[in-house]
Amino acid sequence: MLLNQFLILSAVLFSIGVYGVLTRRNGVMVLMSIELILNSVNINLVAFAAFREAIPGEVFALFVIAVAAAEVGVGLAMVLLLYRNRRNIDLAGIDSMKG
Amino acid sequence: MTGFFLSQIQGLDPLTSDEVLVAQNVFFALIALVMILAALKMVTTENIVHAALYLVIVLAGAAGMFILLGAEFVAVTQILVYIGAIIVLFLFGIMLTKGSFGTEEGELRERNRMAVLVAVLIVAVTSGSFIDSFRDAELNRQAPSTTADIGDSIFGQFIIPFEAISVLLLAALIGSVVIARRDQ
Repeated sequence: MLLNQFLILSAVLFSIGVYGVLTRRNGVMVLMSIELILNSVNINLVAFAAFREAIPGEVFALFVIAVAAAEVGVGLAMVLLLYRNRRNIDLAGIDSMKG
Repeated sequence: MTGFFLSQIQGLDPLTSDEVLVAQNVFFALIALVMILAALKMVTTENIVHAALYLVIVLAGAAGMFILLGAEFVAVTQILVYIGAIIVLFLFGIMLTKGSFGTEEGELRERNRMAVLVAVLIVAVTSGSFIDSFRDAELNRQAPSTTADIGDSIFGQFIIPFEAISVLLLAALIGSVVIARRDQ
């Protein structure tokens, strides 16, 4: 197996995740697209770990999984708070900070 | 019974390394195709519950990729944490916020063309640099990495990051409880 086939697969998945983050307006969908991005990064890390026959790449993939779990917990809590305050989770309607 | 199956397995001709390579490439192509199709369906489907289920397919495919790369512990963790826990969390989030979009028809796609441009540019630039850097670098791992090696590495070289991650998880737990609490 070539290293490149894994790297290009993860690049494709990453860009699909970016497309999801940019186009979807539902807060939960944006979080799911971020999971897709983190997952493609994990494929990259493990592919390099296999390429260099080194363990640290896999350890970093495990750390990324842990960080993703923490991120989803906080993100979904924020989406729930948003839903309770505004009765919808349309991210296009959130402009109270005028960013 | 077990002895019978073991003798059957030992009776089979072992695969040559070329046959293993072909099998690996066939499985890679199958899993990659399924992953990309499911990911595309996930970001374009109007039904958000279906999107979560397509995400399950992508995550399971990633676990298959980890198995192909010889990282069995990461694959098992992927299934336990992502498919077992995070997807359930997402389904709860979807249930609790259901009806805020009615049907998902309201999802405007005004930035669609720009987003496609950005995604295609990312694929083009990263794939170009990958092909330039690792033109035909072969993966020639002799044996899969064992769970014992990963445990040694986490509790030896990476003990400080590991403790930091555990504090981060605790902080995220407390933070999400505080954020989502009803009586402020």
